[in-house]
Amino acid sequence: MPDKKTPKLDELEHGPWPSFVTEIKKAAIRNESAKDLLNLLERSYDDKRGHWKHGGIVGVRGYGGGVIGRYTDLPEEYPHVAEFHTMRINAPSAWFYKTETLRTLCDIWEKHGSGLTNVHGSTGDLIFLGMKTEELQKTYDELSDAGFDLGGSGSCLRSPSCCVGPARCESACYDTLALCYDLTNSYQDELHRPMWPYKFKFKMSGCANDCVAAIARADCSIIGTWRDSIQVDQDQVKAYAESGLDIQGMVCDKCPTRALKYDHEKKELHVIAEDCSRCMHCINVMPKAVRPGKEKGATILLGGKSTIVQSAFLSWVIVPFMKMEPPYTEFKEMVARIWDWWDENGKTRERLGELIYRLGMTKFLREVGLPPVPQMVFRPRANPYVFWPQDEIVK
Amino acid sequence: MSKIDGGPPDYKKLLPPIITENYGQWKYHEIPRAGVLKHVSEKGYALYSVRVGSPRLVSIDYIRDICALADSYCDGYLRFTSRNNVEFLVSDEAKVEPLIKELEAKGYPIGGVGNALSNIVHTQGWVHCHTPATDASGIVKAVMDDLYEYFGRTDLPAKLKVAMACCLNMCGAVHCSDVAILGVHRTPPRVDHEKIRKGTEIPTLVAACPTGAIRPDPKNKSVVVNEERCMYCGNCYTMSPAMEILDAKNDGIAILVGGKVSNARTAPSFSRLVIPFLPNNPPRWPEVTAAVRHIVETWLNNARKGERVGEWIERIGWERFFSLTEIPFTDKHIDDFIFSRETFRTTAAFKY
Repeated sequence: MPDKKTPKLDELEHGPWPSFVTEIKKAAIRNESAKDLLNLLERSYDDKRGHWKHGGIVGVRGYGGGVIGRYTDLPEEYPHVAEFHTMRINAPSAWFYKTETLRTLCDIWEKHGSGLTNVHGSTGDLIFLGMKTEELQKTYDELSDAGFDLGGSGSCLRSPSCCVGPARCESACYDTLALCYDLTNSYQDELHRPMWPYKFKFKMSGCANDCVAAIARADCSIIGTWRDSIQVDQDQVKAYAESGLDIQGMVCDKCPTRALKYDHEKKELHVIAEDCSRCMHCINVMPKAVRPGKEKGATILLGGKSTIVQSAFLSWVIVPFMKMEPPYTEFKEMVARIWDWWDENGKTRERLGELIYRLGMTKFLREVGLPPVPQMVFRPRANPYVFWPQDEIVK
Repeated sequence: MSKIDGGPPDYKKLLPPIITENYGQWKYHEIPRAGVLKHVSEKGYALYSVRVGSPRLVSIDYIRDICALADSYCDGYLRFTSRNNVEFLVSDEAKVEPLIKELEAKGYPIGGVGNALSNIVHTQGWVHCHTPATDASGIVKAVMDDLYEYFGRTDLPAKLKVAMACCLNMCGAVHCSDVAILGVHRTPPRVDHEKIRKGTEIPTLVAACPTGAIRPDPKNKSVVVNEERCMYCGNCYTMSPAMEILDAKNDGIAILVGGKVSNARTAPSFSRLVIPFLPNNPPRWPEVTAAVRHIVETWLNNARKGERVGEWIERIGWERFFSLTEIPFTDKHIDDFIFSRETFRTTAAFKY
């Protein structure tokens, strides 16, 4: 079959940013599906609409997810993408690879699919983009033999992901990579066999800079923090001052709680420990001079999600401070109670945050056994409409 | 039969020796040049990470190319960031410059570190999704071409994080980005009654509508849509292929700005709608690239050092944002969904 022309996509090969069109064309040299993908995409650029049909259940033995079925709505014209499924591969913690690991994946994918990937998809899985139904099991078998496993899809635990953490960051307040690996392995059943009202995501950031956007997109956001005071190295403060940093303007004046006092004469920085809210700003500006405290752990927040259905939610605090050390017993026991409660009460396609919002935080806290603390709210309620429990009423 | 539930590869076996040696003992970091991080450990080791933006949708040829580079310069170790960047992990300082030279010669963009434009996180779009209102990869390519200069700099007022999602499902945290580019539908789903009768679970479909716009129609064994209530989220289409939501004439792009996820200085916050609709104009979406550039340049010219887009706007006030950018403020900007009231101004203090 002669190659179709793709003038609109060709235009996207110009310009300094690397081009995904060039990538599809590279794959198309050896693979007919990649070639049809290019042609189908040009058709979308002409028609201004997508040409993929809705879902379709496909999978591999033993798994309820990890594969997303995809079929074009124009199979006669683009037969090589009549079936063009996605496979999600659970990535290693913090996306560290050896080249031999990536080459193994490339070799498997060259044999069984389009040769196109996403490194990585939004949830953090490595994505094999585009394969026929008959290749699914074979691909999985080879992946499994080579030490890989599928990620989550559907109403299950999605593949947990984490920031670079203590592997390469001085601000990490707990070992995000270890927790991510531990949770992923502990919850294989929840990850691979959808059984819940909707999806559930864990994301782990080692500090409040939250480099993996845990607070915005995880039902359970685990964000590193400390409980004592930040540590200041006055020699380094002096070095910053002498290098020309405006410590008063760029550090103290931007401190949200005005917890820092700068002594211009002595070139010393002092913290009012009880006023500090641990936001990370001073540490970000002066990483050599200011460091997190010594008593480290994580804040646990719940409910984060994107817009569908009720609106986007940011996760909110349910445990201000928890030690995050193996075997993570306290955390896992809490998660078990939360999942039970969600499973018991959640409606189809209701994320945990929406359920808590519908039934109320007080009911949630009482039923999963979490003590109310002021760190959970910006401010207390303004109305007096308390749903008093019957056992607190004089009969 | 292959084993199941083996779990992901063990990260500990994939870390470069310098990281294993200094795990949890990093002392501080510096940014010696655009796109490069230097991490120094308590023991005095220095690790250089050279960050390269990728288009996210890459071929195995691309992966093999970066592997060859990592073999030459990084003893075979590399990682990826949550924003689709490749990080070459160089433990030998002498190899940093040669690596950068080779990357530049091969056209890999180096940048996205510190106060720079970072790579755009994005979704599948027309490449591989069933509900998109636009393409994602194409818009990202066009916007990154247009804003390319800001990727390789470190002197912006603050970090600049742009995100793109091709529909309201937002597979990615676009709702908390400095600039969010969002595909939107603008017309209610067209019901294919035949398809509904063939295999849609009607109660589930009805329950999926956030505004209660879908009612069962038992007589027809189908459903009816109260079009006035529909806000075109497409949740029903995800539940049933019979609820056709794609509409080439009316689908397009909205722009939201001012969100962030970091807790530094100010609390994490949502991006806010500033341009409710721009047309789909492939292959380069000139209306979108111009709008994004205009917002970014207004921020560059007006923000104080250290201010993210949202912090700048909160300081000057949204009313000033609209006058400075000359973006028309319309009824579309005023929230009328469920949590709207918190956005209404309950004070007599404001600016013009």
